[in-house]
Amino acid sequence: MTLSDGTGTAAGLPAQSPPVEPAQTGAAKSPRIGWGGENSENTIRNLVLVGVLVVLIAIGAFTQPQLYSDSTWVWNNILSILQLASVIGVVTVGMTFVIIGGGIDLSVGAIVALAGVWATTVATQSYGAGGMIFTAIVVAVAVGLINGVLISYGKLVPFIATLAMLVAARGLAAEISDKQTQISDSAFINGIAAGKLLGIPLLVYILAVVATIGWVLLNRTTFGRRTIAVGGNVEAARLAGINVKRHTMLLYGLSGLCCGIAAIMLTSQGTSAQAAMANLYELDAIAAAIIGGTLLSGGRGTIVGSMLGVIIFATITNLFAINGLSTEAQNMVKGGIIIAAVLVQQFRFKAVTRFLHRNKT
Amino acid sequence: MTQSSRDMSRRRLLLGGAALGGGALLTACTSNEAKPNDAQIKPAEGGASAGNAAPGTKVVIGFSAPAADHGWIAAITNNAKAQAGAYSDVELKTVEAGADAAAQRAALSTLIGQKPNVIVLLPHDGKELNAFGLESMAAGIPVVNLDRAFPDARAYRTQIKGDNYGMGVAAATYIIAQMKAKGVSSPIIGEIPGIDSLELTQERSKGFADTLGAAGFKVQRRVPAEFTVDTGQRAASQLLQAVPRMDALWNHDDDQGIGVLAAANQAGRTEFLMIGGAGSKKAMEDIQSDKTPLKATVTYSPSMASSAISLARLIGQGKGMADLVELQVPKEIVLASETITKENAGTYLKLGF
Repeated sequence: MTLSDGTGTAAGLPAQSPPVEPAQTGAAKSPRIGWGGENSENTIRNLVLVGVLVVLIAIGAFTQPQLYSDSTWVWNNILSILQLASVIGVVTVGMTFVIIGGGIDLSVGAIVALAGVWATTVATQSYGAGGMIFTAIVVAVAVGLINGVLISYGKLVPFIATLAMLVAARGLAAEISDKQTQISDSAFINGIAAGKLLGIPLLVYILAVVATIGWVLLNRTTFGRRTIAVGGNVEAARLAGINVKRHTMLLYGLSGLCCGIAAIMLTSQGTSAQAAMANLYELDAIAAAIIGGTLLSGGRGTIVGSMLGVIIFATITNLFAINGLSTEAQNMVKGGIIIAAVLVQQFRFKAVTRFLHRNKT
Repeated sequence: MTQSSRDMSRRRLLLGGAALGGGALLTACTSNEAKPNDAQIKPAEGGASAGNAAPGTKVVIGFSAPAADHGWIAAITNNAKAQAGAYSDVELKTVEAGADAAAQRAALSTLIGQKPNVIVLLPHDGKELNAFGLESMAAGIPVVNLDRAFPDARAYRTQIKGDNYGMGVAAATYIIAQMKAKGVSSPIIGEIPGIDSLELTQERSKGFADTLGAAGFKVQRRVPAEFTVDTGQRAASQLLQAVPRMDALWNHDDDQGIGVLAAANQAGRTEFLMIGGAGSKKAMEDIQSDKTPLKATVTYSPSMASSAISLARLIGQGKGMADLVELQVPKEIVLASETITKENAGTYLKLGF
């Protein structure tokens, strides 16, 4: 019952709903949500991203032929890229939900730092790896929920609320750590990043699991459908009986949860935590979600697209490193890609809308 | 509907329970005792400056350094406070400099209002705070510049700083010696600097490249990090990917070096020798235990903050440095960048931050 409720709302949204290809409407099938299902636009968008990825890899192979001729190196490089994408990828899953739900979370980097620092204090470490993981998750979820409460019940604009949290959480992290780097003594925690299963780093598995759960949650559950509905049109969602406030709060809690997981991963990668870690992760996560096709105004987005976005950014970082190019050039290229992605989105949107209008008259 | 609301209440109960348990654990978790490092300050009695240790006129020292975001800056502030505490005739007034040069300028104007005798200042940026130095000197308050030079010589009474170029020279010298000893004629050398846009980073890299160049070596690959552990890990993982085999690596900062070593460990790479920078306690311990690729570190010690306070006190009291002939404190002191290896790590460990 609730299930069809969600779908109905999403499909019933007027102007804000994702445009449906005319061919599909003609077939009079109830639109399915998901990649390749809801509309072929998502599929096309993701294929374009895969194309970009292929081009980037081709540039790598072209510029460093002697490295790319070694298949072991190529495999290791792919794993290295995925590992590079893993922490930010987990954060981006949460961010994608928040943005689809019509919000924004600028505090993710700060939450990762706070959770990491809190989990590595001398006192927390005395509880062992279990205590550290528990602390990181609880701290991050709690901060996320505070964001959520401020935004949904306190009626703060998400941008402002999470911006304030960014500053406050980093401040608290600096206070707790006394601005020092806190080394993790837990062999278990430190082993996560060094560990491999079937030759693939554990961090990559963690990203895969989080992304898969995120995909199922977004595409196959009421929660996901409600997220799209709330982001697409709050008023319609409310009239359809969705508890918009509670749902919004939960979205920020979910983002916090992802940050908690990321904090453990990042602590493991660096075998330590400090208040300055995960700097500007909010920008990386938002950028990845946007080039992945998530609409900044909410109501549309896919986990697959976001993950492709993260992997594209990681591939660019990798490409620049193996060619020994400067970070400045890299940042300019990343900025260019974001702008290109948004321009392409707008263009497609306008084209489709125009097409629909013409058909009506 | 009733079904789902019952589910909801059960879920709430579970969540509530977890939150309570979490709260209990968390409140136990925040205590994190700060440990002052006594070795980095000079006790008020004994030592080379014995002649100056006796309490004299009371000196009010104003101190400002950027808000700490990593170990080295934190050590600077802690050392300054500890050194001031060691003198019975010094009163320290600290203002945190906030996030940028503008914030520091604002903080400094409140400091002036407290009428200090001398100001010790680690500016966000020497160029941007040059005007403050001039203003303060003109107002009769001598300024001790700590580590980030003012371009204008009239803007400070004394400056004490580390030797960034010298760090690069020291790191390169060590690598050259090691490579010659191993008989490697054209080594593959990597470099992980800190924030690339900073002048200090550029000076370090220049010293490194110049010295290597004189020996006919060059840096093969350079991937900058941002002085933090996670950026160090990220930069190192990509650098290791770019050079499948490496002979030597210089990482500019020991804090980010924790991440560099972690990345090497995660990639299963141990074939290279690594040199650190700054001289943290952790790095010295790693060098001593000799179980990681980290074989040496070149110092850029935050103990300079302690020395700056001592200098400020002498300036305030109108004294010179006891071991020198001159009656006043010198205009400029540049610390030498020392190379810490397994052999001498024991001696330096007390200076680690």
